[in-house]
Formats: sequence, structure tokens, C-alpha cells
Amino acid sequence: MYAWIFRTLPGPLFFRILLAVALIVGAVLLLMNYVFPWLSQYSPWTESTIGLMLL
Amino acid sequence: MGIALIHVAVREVRMTRSALRNRPKATAGQRILGGIGEILITLGIVLLLFVGWELWWTNIDANRAQSEVTSEFVQDLSVGDTEAEEEKDFGPAPITKIPDGETFGIFYIPRFGKDYAHPVTNGIGMDVLNSVGIGHYPETQSPGEKGNFAVAAHRQTHGQVFWDIDKFQNGDKIYLQTKKGFYTYEWRNTEIVYPSQGEVLLPVPNEPGMKPKSSTLTMTSCHPPFTTRMRIIAYSELESWRPADAGPPAEIADLVKKTMKK
Repeated sequence: MYAWIFRTLPGPLFFRILLAVALIVGAVLLLMNYVFPWLSQYSPWTESTIGLMLL
Repeated sequence: MGIALIHVAVREVRMTRSALRNRPKATAGQRILGGIGEILITLGIVLLLFVGWELWWTNIDANRAQSEVTSEFVQDLSVGDTEAEEEKDFGPAPITKIPDGETFGIFYIPRFGKDYAHPVTNGIGMDVLNSVGIGHYPETQSPGEKGNFAVAAHRQTHGQVFWDIDKFQNGDKIYLQTKKGFYTYEWRNTEIVYPSQGEVLLPVPNEPGMKPKSSTLTMTSCHPPFTTRMRIIAYSELESWRPADAGPPAEIADLVKKTMKK
């Protein structure tokens, strides 16, 4: 898959390496800014409140 | 993913055109297996990234949100200079009314760091705890009121606002600044409870039906760090209070001045 992506990128080798790095950075930013915040609402790992009010 | 790509790049560089031509063609099975391998590696890296996001990136986002909320909140505050009436007793503390879903105060906790100033907002939904920090349990009492003023914040991730909640020592003060002035709480004790033990939020913590005689501050967070197995609860008692125009308590005077300038 990655080999295919790399072969498909246009331009000389140096340019393709730059493009690949840009693609990686883009993917990480997308995950960090949109995917993970959305995902975290289903994550049970960060609850810090106390349950069950007995008032 | 990054490492895999670099590997590929290095390989591409090494392979000359002729070598590429002479390479035996991978069978369909090999190519499918290789593809599955790449997907698995990718998933592993994404999972690691998620952990990185949770433990590190959320702090950056939350700290930015909290300093924004703080600087907006201090616009409405006016604070006098402390100098004159240093040790004066200003009588019983008034009650700070807590408007729905709004930020109503700033906590200063020297034990958590000399620059520790975090806003406190009504509500304990993820919208509060995951970005603006400390949340007030809406069913519990208000600052200055007889009973239990209970708040929650994350132990780790999202600004790790209560990271040091297990470090309180005798005599430690917790300061709360509201529009009315400064409430000084003194730490009393800390306990570890199960997440279901809602009794800690009662007007007199753990004493159902008791009429409160004092104002308690109850801080709740996760325990042990990096898990949600238990909850750590720190209790403090309202000790004194200063109206806003009398200025902040001496211990936090500089920090308050700095925060107000934000």
C-alpha cells in the first residue's frame, strides 16, 4: 500500500519524499484535531467525577 | 506509518531500475499478506498516537481554553490592594451564587504550583472538564453556603488540573476568588473511594441526613493516576474570607495580580 502510494507520487525522488512527509503530517494533524476528539467521547478512561448522587 | 514510509523510501533509493526489473514478482498471496501487515502496523501506530493525544495533546488544548476563560472572567472582577488590613476578620463569608453553566471563580492552590490558577465553571459534563478545567457539581452547595461545595477535575489529560491532589499537607490553603472576594479553605483530609460513592457529595460528606454546620470544599479526581479505578477525594474547610476590595490574601497576592493582568 505505502509502496504503491510512494510510486504514485509525482516528481523527482526528493520531491516525493517531501510529499510523503507532508502526507504523514497531514494525517497526524487530522487524527489529532478531529478524529481523536470525536473518538474520546466513547472513551471510558478519563472519567474523574463521582457517580450516584444520594441526596 | 512514518517508519514504514521511510523504509520504503530507502528501499526505493537503493533499488536501481534494473534491479527493480529483475526482482521476482510477488505472488498474489504475498501481496495480500503484505497489505494486511501494513494495515496492522498502521493501526498500531494510530493507537499509539491516540495515547499520545490523550496524554499530551489534550493538555495543550485545555490549557489554551483555560487561560482564555480566565482572561475573560477577570474582566468582570475588581480587586483592591492587600496592604492595609492584613489580618482583619471580615466576618462570615457571603454566598457566591453560581449561574448556570458559567465560570464563576478562580482557584489558587499554592501546593499545586506557585503559578497555579485555574477557572471553575458550573457543571461536570465533558464540555467543562475536558476543556475549561474544574467543574462544580451543580447539585451541591455554593461557596460560602453551609454544606458542601464540591468540584471535579481531571487528574491527568485535559490540563491535568488536579494532578497533585494527593500532595496536600497539614496547613495547606486553597483559595477561591469569585466576584465577591476571596474564600480561604484549609485542607482537612483526603480519602480514596469507589467511583460509586456519591456520599462524598452530601452536605456533610458521608453523613446522610446531617445538617451542615460548616462550609466544606470537596475536590474529586481520579485515582490512581492514569486509571479510573478509584476516586481521590480531598476535603477542606472554609477558614476565612476577604471581600474583593480588601485585596487577596498575602500568600497569593502576586499571583492574583498576574492573573488579573491576563
